[in-house]
Amino acid sequence: MTAVSPPSRRASAFFFRKPRLRLTILLSAPLLWLGLAYLGALAALFITAFWSTDVFTGQVVTDWSFDNFVTLFSDSVYRTITLRTVGIAALVTVVDAVIAFPMAFAMAKLASPRAQRILVIAVMTPLWASYLVKAYAWRTLLSGNGAINWLLDPFGLSGPGYGVAATVITLSYLWLPYMILPIYAGLERLPDSLVDASGDLGAKSFRTFRSVILPLTFPAIVAGSIFTFSLSLGDYIAVKIVGGTSQMLGNVVYDNIGAANNLPFAATVATVPVVIMLVYLAVVRRTGALDNL
Amino acid sequence: MSKTARALLWTALGAGFAVIYFPLLVVLLNSVNSDTTFGWPPKSFTLEWWGRAVTNEGALHALWTSVEAGLAATAIALVLGTMAAFALQRYRFFGRNSISLLIVLPIALPGIVTGIALNNAFRTILGIDLGLLTAIIAHSTFCIVVVFNNVVARLRRMGGNLEEASMDLGADGVTTFRLVTFPMLRSALLAGGLLAFALSFDEIIVTTFTLGTGLETLPIWIYDNLFRPNQAPVVNVVAAVLIVVSTVPVYFAQRLSGGDSASGGRI
Repeated sequence: MTAVSPPSRRASAFFFRKPRLRLTILLSAPLLWLGLAYLGALAALFITAFWSTDVFTGQVVTDWSFDNFVTLFSDSVYRTITLRTVGIAALVTVVDAVIAFPMAFAMAKLASPRAQRILVIAVMTPLWASYLVKAYAWRTLLSGNGAINWLLDPFGLSGPGYGVAATVITLSYLWLPYMILPIYAGLERLPDSLVDASGDLGAKSFRTFRSVILPLTFPAIVAGSIFTFSLSLGDYIAVKIVGGTSQMLGNVVYDNIGAANNLPFAATVATVPVVIMLVYLAVVRRTGALDNL
Repeated sequence: MSKTARALLWTALGAGFAVIYFPLLVVLLNSVNSDTTFGWPPKSFTLEWWGRAVTNEGALHALWTSVEAGLAATAIALVLGTMAAFALQRYRFFGRNSISLLIVLPIALPGIVTGIALNNAFRTILGIDLGLLTAIIAHSTFCIVVVFNNVVARLRRMGGNLEEASMDLGADGVTTFRLVTFPMLRSALLAGGLLAFALSFDEIIVTTFTLGTGLETLPIWIYDNLFRPNQAPVVNVVAAVLIVVSTVPVYFAQRLSGGDSASGGRI
């Protein structure tokens, strides 16, 4: 007896036999969105960087030139800001790695499984508390009559006030969870037996850390650094809130879009963090850090 | 490990958490601090700022814009992120690694780059005026990765056996998805959606560059009022509310994802 199968079954069977077609359909919408809209916008940004703005009308003029890049590299102001930005981003990354590692280690290797779950939530919760609220919290903490000065006063010390140091502190605070969580995940995967074996073979704690633990968790640290570094590179709000007069690349981009209305130059400045990040991603690709994201 | 090393590590953990939570505590305390300059330590307390905040029209209006943008961006991210997750988790094809990199890119590149790239594309290339829609498009772009990570983690864990069994028993593709695949994915989708909403709700840099003039999301409202001395108390209350409210999506997302993704999928 031959039964006529309903249309939905026939369609289902049709798609079942054509995995390539299913894949194409699944990929079409996300790729259109990210590939065309997002990558397209990035490409257009890069092209705009070679254009200029008419001094009188403020309109974008589509004449090709390297003028913006020449200004960016020859003007000492921009050189200083670029170096300061990269310096701050690198410092924030190191500070976060140094603070995060022992915390993640205690979480992954000393805490009970139940405590681990609670500690992970405790790290994640402030990650989702508003960025601005946290930057603002540091503004009140670092202010003249704020809590930092109050804490340091008995020791005859005073806080850093608003400036580069405050920016580094605030950014390190903001991105710390992004460093703790990947390192925690990396340490969780590290077998205890390797640490024990190192100890049995006579290695002291520090030697075990340097020769066993650190090399095996390095990709996780790099994975965390991608976020701390990238987020610091592009930041301009923390600088405005606690940075005093010192500027970062983000501020230059922001000011050129708003007040100066020079979109092409803003685009030129924005290519700097992109190039730095792409180089960074290409370098760390070998460590396998990208699989840890 | 030596006793000293253990003690040191526990101390580091405790100190770390103290540093993480102290600033948040200060904001909560300042929201009831009767002194408007918020010197430390607070001397007397009041609930007056709370009363003023809940009737502040600018803040309420901004809250509504944030919710609208968040819901729309989450909906788009859920659809696109899930499709991408199925494609990348269930199929092996050329360019697969590049696509997974492409999905991470909007959060791996600095926010200001995403913001200005979309700003430039909308204004100069496409000639569209900035509005709520352009902000929603921008938010969706970086929210996709959150949903993607949550769904991929779940798909990896659940494998394909139950779906194959369903097909063997005669169910067609749609029925299998409705009765087998979707129920197993539901909590991961909810977790991803919650975190995508939270991410959109908190975003300020990309929003600054893609939201039309005259519109304000809550972070932009806070930022605009941050440097106005007479608004400081109200900003403190809004900040305090955000700290408390932000714990909700994290808590539920963590429960719903069943530990699939330790970081909640943003990382």
